[in-house]
Parts: sequence; structure tokens; C-alpha cells
Amino acid sequence: MRTLKFLLRKEFRQIFRNKSLLPIIFVLPMVQLLIMPLAANFDVKSINLVIVDNDHSTTTDRLIAKIGASGYFDIRATEPSYKKALALIGNERADIILEIPAHFERNLVREGAQKVYLAADAINGIKGSLGSAYLTSVLADFNNEFRLTWVQPQKFNTLATIDIAPVNWFNPLLNYQFYMVPGILVILVTMVGGFIAALNIVKEKEMGTIEQINVTPVKKWQFLAGKLIPFWIIGVFDFTIGLLIARFVYGIVPVGHLAVLYLFLAVYLVALLGFGLLISTYSDNQLQAMFVAFFFIMIFILMSGLFTSVDNMPPWAQVLSRLTPVTYFIDVVRMIVLKGSGLSDIKYQLLIEGAFAIVLNGWAILNYRKTT
Amino acid sequence: MQQFLVFVRKEFYHVFRDKRTLLILFGLPVMQILLFGFALTTEIKNARILIVDEAKDIASQQITNEIAASSYFSIEKSVLSHKDLYTAFREGKVKCALVFPAHFNDDLVHSNKAQVQIIADASDPNSAKTLTNYLSAIINDYQNRLNATAVQPYRIQPETLMLYNPELNGSLNFIPGVIALVLMIVCTTLTSVSIVREKEMGTMEILLVSPFKPLYVILSKAVPYLALSLLNFILILLLSIFLLHVPVRGNIFLLFGESTLFIISCLSLGLLISGVTNSQQTAMMISMMGMMLPTILFTGFLFPLENMPVPLQVISNFIPSRWYYTIVKTIMLKGLGFSTIWKETLILIGMTVLLLFISLKRFKIRLA
Amino acid sequence: MSEKAIVCKDLTKEFGDFTAVNKISFEVNTGEIYGFLGANGAGKTTAMRMLCGLSYPTSGEAMVAGFNVYKQQESIKKNIGYMSQKFSLYENLTIRENIEFYGGIYGLSDQQLKSKEDELITTLGLEKEAKKLVGGLPLGWKQKLAFSVAIIHQPKIVFLDEPTGGVDPVTRRQFWDLIYEASAKGITIFVTTHYMDEAEYCGRISIMVDGRIDALDTPANLKQQFSATTMDEVFYALARGAKRSAD
Repeated sequence: MRTLKFLLRKEFRQIFRNKSLLPIIFVLPMVQLLIMPLAANFDVKSINLVIVDNDHSTTTDRLIAKIGASGYFDIRATEPSYKKALALIGNERADIILEIPAHFERNLVREGAQKVYLAADAINGIKGSLGSAYLTSVLADFNNEFRLTWVQPQKFNTLATIDIAPVNWFNPLLNYQFYMVPGILVILVTMVGGFIAALNIVKEKEMGTIEQINVTPVKKWQFLAGKLIPFWIIGVFDFTIGLLIARFVYGIVPVGHLAVLYLFLAVYLVALLGFGLLISTYSDNQLQAMFVAFFFIMIFILMSGLFTSVDNMPPWAQVLSRLTPVTYFIDVVRMIVLKGSGLSDIKYQLLIEGAFAIVLNGWAILNYRKTT
Repeated sequence: MQQFLVFVRKEFYHVFRDKRTLLILFGLPVMQILLFGFALTTEIKNARILIVDEAKDIASQQITNEIAASSYFSIEKSVLSHKDLYTAFREGKVKCALVFPAHFNDDLVHSNKAQVQIIADASDPNSAKTLTNYLSAIINDYQNRLNATAVQPYRIQPETLMLYNPELNGSLNFIPGVIALVLMIVCTTLTSVSIVREKEMGTMEILLVSPFKPLYVILSKAVPYLALSLLNFILILLLSIFLLHVPVRGNIFLLFGESTLFIISCLSLGLLISGVTNSQQTAMMISMMGMMLPTILFTGFLFPLENMPVPLQVISNFIPSRWYYTIVKTIMLKGLGFSTIWKETLILIGMTVLLLFISLKRFKIRLA
Repeated sequence: MSEKAIVCKDLTKEFGDFTAVNKISFEVNTGEIYGFLGANGAGKTTAMRMLCGLSYPTSGEAMVAGFNVYKQQESIKKNIGYMSQKFSLYENLTIRENIEFYGGIYGLSDQQLKSKEDELITTLGLEKEAKKLVGGLPLGWKQKLAFSVAIIHQPKIVFLDEPTGGVDPVTRRQFWDLIYEASAKGITIFVTTHYMDEAEYCGRISIMVDGRIDALDTPANLKQQFSATTMDEVFYALARGAKRSAD
């Protein structure tokens, strides 16, 4: 135990004296947390609409006014032809076109039905389908109003209507930051823990000081614990600062118990650091360790459900996602912070994370040899 | 010229002998394409829905069947009480729920008005919105079919065309961005690390002391990585076309030209980074970790640029990959030509020239 | 009866079909200064690593400080000191902090640590630099410090791997003064070097060529055996036919 004390003392002294490391551990995560949530937003806000009005009647004027008032669209331009409107989509100045045929008003009354044409930029599929859905619903609304001005309500059959009452649980204001910030918090702890821990041991290998330690009576577990514990502490510290930023900058107050959150964090960090450790036992120099760590951490982050939901993935990808330790923490952090989930709700994830911790660290310990 | 080729060949040896460099050079792009192409998508599939059917009549049954048939939803076994519902949500077992009140069909048939409740887990607001929309669409469909026989005068009938992506392939949006991201990271990292490695080993001084002009020293570094990056680009392109069925609708030569331009800008960036540090580790940290986040955020392929606050949008204008992404999207997916993207190309050229100028100047200063 | 510090019989290390150390046998007496010489690539460092418990031998036997190198490595480590070829102190810790660290992990009590720290700093004349980072010291001081730290726990044997590389002759001489002091206190010294003049400082030396020990005796006897006036000539006579050239 005393040996461990000396190891820890040395480790902490070295960390705090490393001028290039300190900003990465403390400043970078904070900057990330302040900028990323502002940028990371899948919301579909204002959709740029271009109108090709071949009719120019009072009806179409009213229709256009209604569309403008709906709040979904930003009417960018009115063009005289579809071709010109399409050019605007081509150079990204518009997202969707509405083309109204000539003599629209006259033909609607005379023939009882008229077509209008929508063309949406569907490269961003969600934006395209939401945009056309919104426009279609505004059109339907306008259609009903139009009927009422021309025909007495009793003159057409009563329709059966199903009223839909949507309710949003856990995040009634649909605040996207509530969703992203906890996830980003996990990522920043992951980058610090995974990368830095891996690099640390390899650096000693590179410098030769590891050989010096191998020759002493220091036991394997003491050496590894001496490496893990400081970064574990730093991980918890970073996470706490992150939570404070979430509270005071974004107004996110965890609904669930902090104790449960920290419990999971503790286990998660052990698993993550074990992973970094494992990489370092397979690398001879820092460059190698960085490349490999970067490769895997990229996969972890992309597959974790941070940016795109795991449920949307094909089955094989979901399996891959379930094999990464990050996924579970992202799940749990969102569940605890937003839904107030408790210990019993997350016991499955906790168990799996614990398994990761044991397997990764065990593997690393077996792999690290004092004698070759 | 002979000497030049010798150096170029040496550089290729360095790259191909190190397994881990190869991992980054070829493994990373392939991995990204596979993930972004097949696994990552914002399109909703098989969302778990709970149906609380207190009516258990023909209408609720039919709507339930519709939902079961839809690929967007996957029905979980139904639950009885409101409390159970809450627990199910909290445990993350379901993403949304549809509640049919008792006498649903009766109300519909006799009073022409009925209600349903949609509950969505809004911890992910986007999926909540989308799921609510999809469910509403199914219900509205059913409603319209009920009313199909009713006569509706003055019908406005919208016809919708989905441009560029009729099958609504969710990954189409990502791919040009992945191309930009991969080229940026790989090219910049390998270039900067390779130059710094020479500095660290001391061989850079030897090169500079030789009769070889400094400019040639740099070129000898740039040419191999230009070639490798182009190779990389071809690899990603082939994967996208044949594996992911992403079309190349525009002029492929133009695409190559623009990509070469972009690669050169990444090379200059790598050169610039190598000028600010003498340690391979730092060079790598800056190129990989430092570049990764801004590139992902500000290129605009993952998160739409128009959603960001204005200061961030301004920053994004300084990131070369943002312009390259637009160019690739326009050529590959929209099939348009130079006349549409001349502005972006000009900006990219300007950035490349500026970067080259600054990095070469720094390099010369170090020599003096 | 004084136990032998190191006993080695047919010690061998193979890497695949490359035999780095080929059946070497020798003994080192307690209190001796033993020079383990050889050209680059001869197998010196590999052999030494086996004796320190850093590497498992492929075959053969060895006992270090009375302990078996296969089964009792942890006991060996408690009783030896080591100074590696690549420098071994932490550059971004101060002199005091390095001493405290190594002393601590070898089990010195707080009191012992304090007195050792003061003792070392005074002996080496480093009072003014005590609070400075080791990285800022000139190479000669670093080496002397590394040696002192290697014997901080009064080990029975200390292994030195090319300890005087890269410094001027005066500093090297001073380093050897330290070695003599340690030897006088009863510590056995096992040192490898390729400076042949340092070979003269040793009690006995062995010379490795291509993984084998080709000579083992006192410097005086070897010079006589090879009709040489300096150890350089002895070495040249033996190593001339060597086939391997780099470690």
C-alpha cells in the first residue's frame, strides 16, 4: 500500500507538470462542452421555400400568405419558372419548391379539383420529408378554409375526424440540448480517459523508465493501479465540472439521483481506462498507441448512439453497438438525467459495464509482463 | 530528378512498413464508409411502440394492424395501467405509445369524432417529433379511408417529387461529408507527422544541408501523400458507388479536380502544423484530435449549418472541408457542374493558396 | 564462507532461431567488481536482463544473490539495483522527488528516506540543484545520481548497463570513484561497458563474442595471455572475428 502511495505521488506530480497535457485534460473538454451543443442540432427549423406562381390570383395570394404565416417556412423567392426555381435548389438557396399551375383558381372552382406540385431537396431525407409534410398539411388547412368560403358546411357530408392529442414526456419543450449535452459529457470523459491513459504508459515504455520499474519489487497490480487511479480521479473531476456547466450554462438539472449517476461513472471509468491500458500494452511507442486508440474510439463514439440512435441501426450494427462500453453509459446518462431512472432501471447496463471493466482490465493485466 | 524519386520512394516505404499507419490510411476510411453507409442513419426504423387499447374494437384493431405493417414501428406487448406505461418509458423499453380510449369505434361511427393520445419519449426530441408525425400520418390515412366515399368539393391535390434521393436513402447526406472528413484527417495527419518525424530524427537537417533545394524537400514529402490521398479518395469513391449505391451524377473529372484541390489544402495544413511543433506526438494530437471536432461540426454533413448560432456559422466559413462538402454534394448527388460551384471552388483555391503561402514562409524562416 | 553473488551455468537465450546468448557460464564473487564486456550485438544486455529478472532464459541455470532466476524473480529484485542504458530517472521530477520515489518503492521508511535524501545530495554536491527538475541537469550529474539511486536500498548486487556513455574522461573517472565507494561498502558490482580503459578498473572481466564468453580472467592475466599492452588490444584480438555487429 505504501508503494502505491509513492507511485501515485509521482504520477500526480508528473501530470501537473506536463504543460501540454493539462490543457487537454481540463480545458479542451470544457470548450467542447460549450461549443458542441450549440452546433449539434438535428432540428429542422426554417425551411427555405421557393414559389412558382403561374396563377397570380387572389386565392394563390392568400395561400402564399398563409404559408408564410405558418412559421415553418422562409419564403426565399418567387420565380417565374420551375427551371429557375430548380437552380435555387441546385445552389442550396432553397429546400423546397411549390409550383401552382396557371388558372388554378378558375379551374379549382370549375372542375372541383386541382393539382399543385411540390419538389423537395431530399438529400437530407428528414428535412425533405418533414418539409413536404408540413407544406401538405398547410395546404390541407387552406383547402378546408377555401371550402367553407364557397360552400355551406351542411352541403358536404360530415367527415369522421380523429383528434390526435400528442404528449411529450421527459422533455416537454423538445429542447435538443437536453438530449445532446449529457451525451457530449460522456464523450469528453471518454476521450480523456481512453486516449490519455493509453499514452501515459506507452510514454514510460518509450523513455525506458518502465524497465526501471520492472526491475524493482513493485508488483504488477500496484504499477497498474498507480496508473489508473490518477486518471480515474481526473475523469470524475472532469465529469463533475461538466455537470456544473450543464447546470449553469444549459439549465440541465438531473432528474434522477446523482449517486446512481456517479456509481455508473465509477464503473465506466474503470472499463475505459482498462481499454486504454490494453492498447498501451500492445504498443511500443506513443504514435502507435494514438493511431490505434483513435481508430477504436472513433468507432465507439459513432456507434454509441450519441449522434444517431442505436435503434435505427441494422441488426448487425446494433450488435456492434452493444459490444462497445460507451453505448451503455450514453443510454444511462440520458435515462438518469432526463427521465429520473433509478438503480433498478439501469441494473442491466450496470452489470454489462462491470463485465467490460473486468474483462478489459483483466486482459491488460495478463498482457502486461514484468518479465518477457 | 533522380534524387527526388529516391525520396519519394523512401516515403512510400515508411508508410507501407508500418501496420498502424496503414490502419489509419486505409482502415479508417473503410470503417467510416461502412459505418456511415450502413449503420448510422437518422431515419427511424423499428421504433418500439406500446399500444394501450382500451377499446379493442374494429377501428383500433385496424389502426394497430397498419402500425404493425409499417417498417417504422415495432409493437411491444401491450400494457395495462398508466403506471406500467411510465415505468416502461423510464426503463427505456419503448419510445412511444398510442392510447385508444374505450368506445373508440362507437364514437367514430356515431358522433363522427374520436380521440387518441400519442405519448412520445421526448428525451430525444427529434425522434419524438418524427414518430409523432409518422403515427399521425397513419391515423390520418385511416381517417381518410373512412371518408373516402364522402364527397369533397374543391380538392387541392399536392403531388410531391423527392429530388436527388427518391428512395430517401438516409446515408446519402453523410457520404460526401465522410469523404471530406477522412481526406482531411488522414492527409493532414500523415503529412505533418512525417515531416516532424524527420525533424525529430535529425535527418531533416541533413536534407536541408544537402544540395537539394528546400522547396524540393517539401515537394518530396507532399507528392507521396498527394498520391496516397488520391488513392484513398478513389477507394472511398468506389466503396460508395458499389457498396452503398451512391450515384455520381455529375462530371467525374470535375470531381477529381476539386478533390485534388482539397487534398492540396490538407497537405498545406499538414505542413503548417509540422511547422509549429517538434514532437511527433504533438503533431498527431493537433492533426487528429484537434482537427477532428471542428471538421465534424463545421463541415455541415452531420449537423446542418443553418441551425447553428451565427458566430459558429461564421467560423464554419473558415473550414476548407465545409466548402468541399458542398462541392462534392453538388457534383455527385445533384449532377450539376462548374457553373453552380464556381464560387465555392474559388474560395477553396483562395484558402489553399493562403495556407501554402503561410506554411512555406514559416518553413523558410526556420531555415534562416 | 562468502556466498557467490552470481552463479551462471550454460545460460542461453534464443529468439526464434537466433541465439542471442549461447551457453554462458561464470561466477561472480561477493564484493567483486566484475566487468562484463563485449562488442555491440554480442549479447551483453540480453544476458544482463536475464540476471535481473527482466527476461526468462530459454535454458541453463542462474542464481542471483542466492535466488533462482526462473522461480524467485521477485526476491532477486528486492536485493538488486539496476541502472539501465536508457536513462532511468524521471526528467520532470526534482532530485528530491526521484530519490523519495525510488527509496519509497524499495521499502525505506520515511525517516530513512529523509536521511538518505540529505546524504545523497550532500555527497554529490547537489545542494543548489536539489529542488530543480532532473531534466535540467548535465549528463554527468544525472548518471551519478542514477547510480546513487540504484543503490539507495543497499542491495547486494548492482547491475550497471553502459553507465558512462557520452561523458568526458574526467566525469567518467569520478563515476568510478562512486563505484569504488559502493564496492567498499560490500556491494557487488556487475558492470557492462565498451570503454576498454574502464575494464582495467575491474577485478575480473569476461568478454562476450557472438553470444559466447570467449575470455574470463583478471585484466592483467588477459593482457599476458594475448601478449597485449592494453585491454584494447586484447579486445581487438577476440572481437575481430565476430560476426554480429549491432545490439
